Amino acid sequence: MQRIFIVLVVVIATFVSATAQTNNKLVAASVARGKTIYLQRCMVCHQADGGGVPKLNAPLDASSTVNGSDISKLVKYIVKGLNDRIEIDGEFYANAMPAANDLKDQQIADVLTFIRNNWSNKAGPITLTQVKQIRSKLK
Amino acid sequence: MKKVTQILVFSSLFILVLLASTSTFAQKIKPDADNAGLTLPAGFAALKVADNVGRTRHIAVNKQGAIYAKLERLDNGKGIAVLKDTDGDGRVETKTTFANYIGTGIAIKGNYLYASSNKEVFKYALNANGDIVDENAAATLVTGLVDKGQHNSKSLTLDNAGNIYVNVGAPSNSCQEKDRTKGSMGMMPCPILDSAGGIWQFKVDQLNQTYATGVRYATGLRNVVGLDWNNELNQLFVTQHGRDMLNNLYPDMYDTTVSAELPSETMYAINKGDNAGWPYIYYDHFKGKQMMAPEYGGDGKKTVDDKYINPAMAFPAHMAPNGLLFYTGNQFPARYKNGAFIAFHGSWNRSPLPQEGYYVVFVPYENGKPTGKWEVFADGFSGKTVVKNPRDAQHRPCGLAEGPDGSLYVSDDVKGTIYRIMYQK
Repeated sequence: MQRIFIVLVVVIATFVSATAQTNNKLVAASVARGKTIYLQRCMVCHQADGGGVPKLNAPLDASSTVNGSDISKLVKYIVKGLNDRIEIDGEFYANAMPAANDLKDQQIADVLTFIRNNWSNKAGPITLTQVKQIRSKLK
Repeated sequence: MKKVTQILVFSSLFILVLLASTSTFAQKIKPDADNAGLTLPAGFAALKVADNVGRTRHIAVNKQGAIYAKLERLDNGKGIAVLKDTDGDGRVETKTTFANYIGTGIAIKGNYLYASSNKEVFKYALNANGDIVDENAAATLVTGLVDKGQHNSKSLTLDNAGNIYVNVGAPSNSCQEKDRTKGSMGMMPCPILDSAGGIWQFKVDQLNQTYATGVRYATGLRNVVGLDWNNELNQLFVTQHGRDMLNNLYPDMYDTTVSAELPSETMYAINKGDNAGWPYIYYDHFKGKQMMAPEYGGDGKKTVDDKYINPAMAFPAHMAPNGLLFYTGNQFPARYKNGAFIAFHGSWNRSPLPQEGYYVVFVPYENGKPTGKWEVFADGFSGKTVVKNPRDAQHRPCGLAEGPDGSLYVSDDVKGTIYRIMYQK
C-alpha cells in the first residue's frame, strides 16, 4: 500500500513538474515572440527600458495598470488605442496611442506576456484564450 | 580698559571682514564648484540658483533679478513661482507662488508680466520693484485656445509695437485621420490648421481676445515651443518640433536609423503670413530640402520646392527645441551678442540610436543671419554621458531668460532646477 502511494506521488510529481516545464517553455516562447512585436510596434514610444517618456508616453515598467488583474483593459488599449487623457499612477500622458487592431489574438497575448514579464514586471502571462474572449466582447 | 580696546579692535576687524565679503558678493557671485554639473565653454561658470522649484517650463527675470517660473504642475494650488535672492549671494532664498493655472509661457515686457495657461493668456501689472501689483488682478488677454493634451504649450513672446505672439501647437503628429496610426492618410487640407499648428498674434491691451479677434500670423508649424522676438531684426523667430515616427508609420520608406535622424528640428524667421508647410512637408537637413510627407504622397525622395518658407537653421531630429533666446547682454564675449541660444529638451524617439539633446545650443549670427553652424553651449543637464531612455535624465533644459547683468538663466522641467550661467573675465 505504502509502495503504491510512493509511486503515485512520484507519478503525480513528475506530471506536475512536466506540465510546469511545458508551461514555462510555452511562456518563454510567448515572451520571445512578444519581444519582437514590442521592438517593432511599441518601443519607439514606450522605450527599450519600458520607462515611457515622462509626460508624453506612459511607462509600462512598474505600472500598476500593466501589472494589474484587469487584463481586459490592456487588450482594449492595444485593439482600440487610447485617445482619452487618463491618469496613470498620478501622471497624465499627452500623446495618443494608435490602435494596433491588425495584430492577431496570439500576437496580442505574446506582446502582453512579454510586457508583463520584462523589466521589473512580474505579472502572469496572458493566453490566447483570454485575448479571444476579451476581444470578442469589444465593439 | 585693555579689554575694551580688544573688543573694539576685534569688532572693527569683524566689521571690516564683513564689509569686504559683502562687497565681494555684490560684485561677483560665486559659481558652484562643479559649475552646477554643467560643461561650458572656457571662461564660463554656472551655479544652481534654485533647486526643486517644481517642473519649471519657461522663466522670466525682472530688472531686479527676481525669477518668475511658470510651473507645469500646481504647487499648493499655484502655478507661478517667484524666486528671490535676498542676500545677494546669487542663490534663491525666498519662494512665493501665485496664479491658479499650469502652463508654459511667461515673459516680462515693460511693466507687465505675461503668462499663459494651456488655453489662455494673462497679464499682470508690475510695480517699480518688479513685483506683481495684485496677484488676483490678472487681465485675461486671450481665451479659448485649443488644448487637447498633445502639444498644448502656449509659449509667448512680445514685439515692440504692442503685440503678443502665442504658439498653438497642433494636437497631432502629422494630421492623419487617425493620429500616429499606420496606414491612416493625411487629411487634405489639414483641418487642424484653422485653430492650431501656427502662431497667433494678439494685442497686449485688449481683453478676452479669441481666434476671431486675433491674427493667424504664421501657419504650418507643428509645435513651436521656443519663440523670441529678435530686436535687432525686429522679427519673430520660432523653433519647431518636427514630426515623429517615419519608420513606424512607413517602414518600407524609412529604416529606423533614417527615422532617428529625420526630420530636422527647425528654426524659422517668421514674417506675417508665412507658411512653414506642416503637415504637408518635413525638412531634411542632409539634403537641404523640403520633403513631401508620406501621408501626403511622399516617398522619402519627392521634394517640394518654392511653396513653403525654408528654415533659418536646421538641427538633428527629435531634440525638442523648447526655449529660444536672442542674447542682447554685454556680459558674454562679443560673439554671443545677438546670437541665439536654444534649450533642447532632449529626444525620445531616436531609439535604437541613443537619445540626443538635453543641452543648450548657441547659434552664432552675423549681420542678422545665422552663420549656419551651431555649437553645444551648456551640456550635462541629464547627468548621463549618454541618455538611452528619457526617464534617466536628471534634468531637462526647457526655458531660457537673460538676467539684468547679462547672465543666462536656464530652467529644468524635471525637478525645477534653475541654472545661472555667467562669463567670468
